[in-house]
Amino acid sequence: MSRDPSSAPPLPDGLVAVVKRDCPTCELVAPVLADLHERAGLTVVTQDDASFPADADWVHHDADLALSWHHDIETVPTLLRVSRGVGEQRTVGWSRSEWEQISELDGLGEGLPDWRPGCGSLSVDPAHAGELAVRFSGSRLHSRRVELASMEDEWEAMWDRGWSDGLPVVPPTEARVLRMLEGTTRDPSEVAAVVPPSLVECSVEKVAVNAVMAGCEPDHLPVVIAAVEAVCTDEFNMHGVLATTMSVGPVLVVNGPVARRIGMNSGLNSLGQGNRANSTIGRALQLVVRNVGGGRPGGVDRATFGSPAKVGFCFAEDEASPWASLAESRGWHADQSTVTVFAGESPRIFADERSRTPDSLTRHLAQALQSTVSPRMMLGMDAMLVLSPEHMARYADAGWSRDRFMDELSAELLCDADELLAGVRGVAAGLPPASAGQKVPKFRPGGLLVVHAGGAAGLFSAIIGGWANGPKGSDPVTREITP
Amino acid sequence: MTIVLDPTSEQAPAARERATRPESLAGLTVGLLDISKPRGNVFLDRVSERLTGLGATVNRYTKPTFTKPAPVDLRHEIATECDAVIEALAD
Repeated sequence: MSRDPSSAPPLPDGLVAVVKRDCPTCELVAPVLADLHERAGLTVVTQDDASFPADADWVHHDADLALSWHHDIETVPTLLRVSRGVGEQRTVGWSRSEWEQISELDGLGEGLPDWRPGCGSLSVDPAHAGELAVRFSGSRLHSRRVELASMEDEWEAMWDRGWSDGLPVVPPTEARVLRMLEGTTRDPSEVAAVVPPSLVECSVEKVAVNAVMAGCEPDHLPVVIAAVEAVCTDEFNMHGVLATTMSVGPVLVVNGPVARRIGMNSGLNSLGQGNRANSTIGRALQLVVRNVGGGRPGGVDRATFGSPAKVGFCFAEDEASPWASLAESRGWHADQSTVTVFAGESPRIFADERSRTPDSLTRHLAQALQSTVSPRMMLGMDAMLVLSPEHMARYADAGWSRDRFMDELSAELLCDADELLAGVRGVAAGLPPASAGQKVPKFRPGGLLVVHAGGAAGLFSAIIGGWANGPKGSDPVTREITP
Repeated sequence: MTIVLDPTSEQAPAARERATRPESLAGLTVGLLDISKPRGNVFLDRVSERLTGLGATVNRYTKPTFTKPAPVDLRHEIATECDAVIEALAD
């Protein structure tokens, strides 16, 4: 969210210096300020003491810090060359050469050192910044204000109003939501998606409110927005994923530079707890579905069991592998940041500590994948396989590419239908009699998503079973994460 | 006093007026929506018989797939053609 320049109070044209008395550098340059007023008509904007550096009509007291906040003053002193109310040139701290360049005067600050750093502006002081953001831009937020009673515990209040997934949520105050919105360049009122099941238009602001509640940092917000966009598509079918009696939820895989920039975990325990981005981004998405879309357990959410993954399930791919990443395999470039959403259940572990060749490991993986959802369920459900670094090493050492792996695995997953017919070995479920004599693949083309993640030690991989695929179910969707 | 922002759609009114419950179904048109779950039609056939026995006219509708909401046109069609709707979720 950017500040709205049209609502900024204008600075006086010409030279302007923003200062505060409680700054040694500002004290140091007080004689320069007087000199610049004499020689060039400087106006001083003082933040704390109305009579600093002088009790004079060229010193303006920015008592409510409106000028400092609107003109993005982060350091004092800041010297600006102002035209039509807006600073066109600026320099921060004291630098004789830069002050002389902006003022177009020589001989400034005789006897002073050439350079001194400045101090923090009062308008960015953590004690004031949140309050100022609410005062000066809170009116840009459209959400209904809910006053909590003075005797009400604000954490309990979130629960009482039905806004929580069962864990504590951070109360979404205006200051916190405005700070969250600093994480995106998008306008708070822009509609990010139409959210099922109630099919409600969801603004960027509402995503930010729920991201605050989930515990996100502002840097996480673009990932949450992209995930909301991705699940609210006809292809992903969030309505069905929510409503089904099966226990799936959106599994988020983040690829590209953003994952490193926001410190996501793709390594040890990356499908578990302990990393703020991993833990809160998926949760924020689920809170949007709950609070904005109205999707709640016992309402439209009819999952027989649900799963821990429905609280929120998000991790990054470890892209330090010889294989193309998941996103690259889906047509994106390595320098693009993306989130891929997959309707999946909780992960289960596949252990193979004995295979030393890619062929052995592949055959064993196929046996495990065959039982996903049900050993007799063929083609109808997708799956995600998370290969650990130690299992990946079997393929890297043998020079197998992702494509080679997928081809060999697909061949292993081609099953004799006769083994899987309804009634065979006394099991009523299975393929129809018409399939007799045929070879049937476990997964449709593109129905097995392979990701590389996990800790450096452990000859395990993880399998995440999926849900009904295709137009009657859910297809995985990848969206670019934009600022 | 803490002020927080409402995280919901804000579309839920405090209270929603229900349509008046009809005294009798005789002479009314009742819609039955088949959500396309296997064998749902068997169940609805029986419901239809019972409703017809009560003097109602029954209109049958079918959703393309049970996993997605009914298309808006279908919802409009049901709303304009029927006097009463029996809504249920089953599995």
